[in-house]
Amino acid sequence: MNEKDQEALLGAFEARIERGEKIEPGDWMPEDYRKTLIRMIGQHAHSEIVGQLPEGKWIPFAPGFRRKLTLIAKVQDEAGHGQLLYRAAETLGKSRELMLEELLAGKAKYANVFNYPTPTWADVGVIGWLVDTAAVINQTMLAQTSYGPYGRAMKRICYEESFHIKQGYDSVVALVKGTPAQRAMVQDSINRWWYPTLMMSGPPDTLSTHTNLSMRWKIKTKTNEQVRQEFVDLIVPQIRALGMEIPDKVCQLDRSTGHYRYTQPDWEELRRVVNGDGPCNKERLDVRRKAHADGQWVREALAAHASKSQAA
Amino acid sequence: MDTQWETYEVFHQSKRGEPHEHVGAVHAPDPQMALHMARDQFARRLNCVSIWVVRSKDVTMTDYQDGDFFARTTDKSYRDPKAFEAPDKLHK
Repeated sequence: MNEKDQEALLGAFEARIERGEKIEPGDWMPEDYRKTLIRMIGQHAHSEIVGQLPEGKWIPFAPGFRRKLTLIAKVQDEAGHGQLLYRAAETLGKSRELMLEELLAGKAKYANVFNYPTPTWADVGVIGWLVDTAAVINQTMLAQTSYGPYGRAMKRICYEESFHIKQGYDSVVALVKGTPAQRAMVQDSINRWWYPTLMMSGPPDTLSTHTNLSMRWKIKTKTNEQVRQEFVDLIVPQIRALGMEIPDKVCQLDRSTGHYRYTQPDWEELRRVVNGDGPCNKERLDVRRKAHADGQWVREALAAHASKSQAA
Repeated sequence: MDTQWETYEVFHQSKRGEPHEHVGAVHAPDPQMALHMARDQFARRLNCVSIWVVRSKDVTMTDYQDGDFFARTTDKSYRDPKAFEAPDKLHK
């Protein structure tokens, strides 16, 4: 294809996006659009899969049968979200098998927040409440993305995430209404999760190499800073309403802007953790690898059954 | 690795009388397992009374880039009820 044809295709593509039309698999798209989406959706899928682990380990210890069932349902949702997203990425030409291999080989990136430990039961509630609120704000934005299959997956996922937030909040409220020790456990958990949660929406846009292209092609419709500010404005009053504190003295409502001020997280820490040097990176991958190996006989049995029924 | 099964497109009917709607796709080693996967993936919460699965490769589809396929060569406005101007009542 010559340069002039390329330019015409790009012009038509950008005009379609400008009109608010969605891009579908099979449409012509710039290589950078395809690559950006494969990277984003793949990382998002891995985050759902690894995201099962910090909370999943609490399933045997959940206080009471109802909380246990709820937690199992939540973790099952994360697995389902991972599959929806792997499928969405596949429509761009990268196989699920390859993505799974990259994750197991430790070559894939996923949300930094899941590399932090969950030493107490309060962490399960606080993850559902804080981390999933931050996730939903980002995902509600992504539901408007210009790529059709990603947006469709996001709409389904957002619906289920609202249950995750509710159950987390409910669990935190139960602790806050409990003993001083239980309230202290919630405060300690908020203190540990505050900055990792703020990091979830990504580095400031001046540091992010990907933002410009993503905004231009409406892969994302808000900047990292906008998403983070939206989260802070929403969650700070909720935390204070429970009599809990934000571990940031700067965190006050700025009446001139109507937004809460907050201290930026340590972006150097994010870089380290994303690149493998976080408190739980190795543990997460080890558990994931073991789960994959433990499931091998199931995959073999399904394949054997399928070939038998095809032969019959 | 052994995880790249075929994909099946999933159609979901929420209630008798409603149409089956496409909701996504699942990976499965055979159609029966695809039904199980589709139930676990798409019918965990909302009502569902029936699921269809179809091998993705068996779906024949139009090409988004072939705009001519849906082009109308002549004015087809006569197919639209709004194109007719006869009044409801002839005499007031």
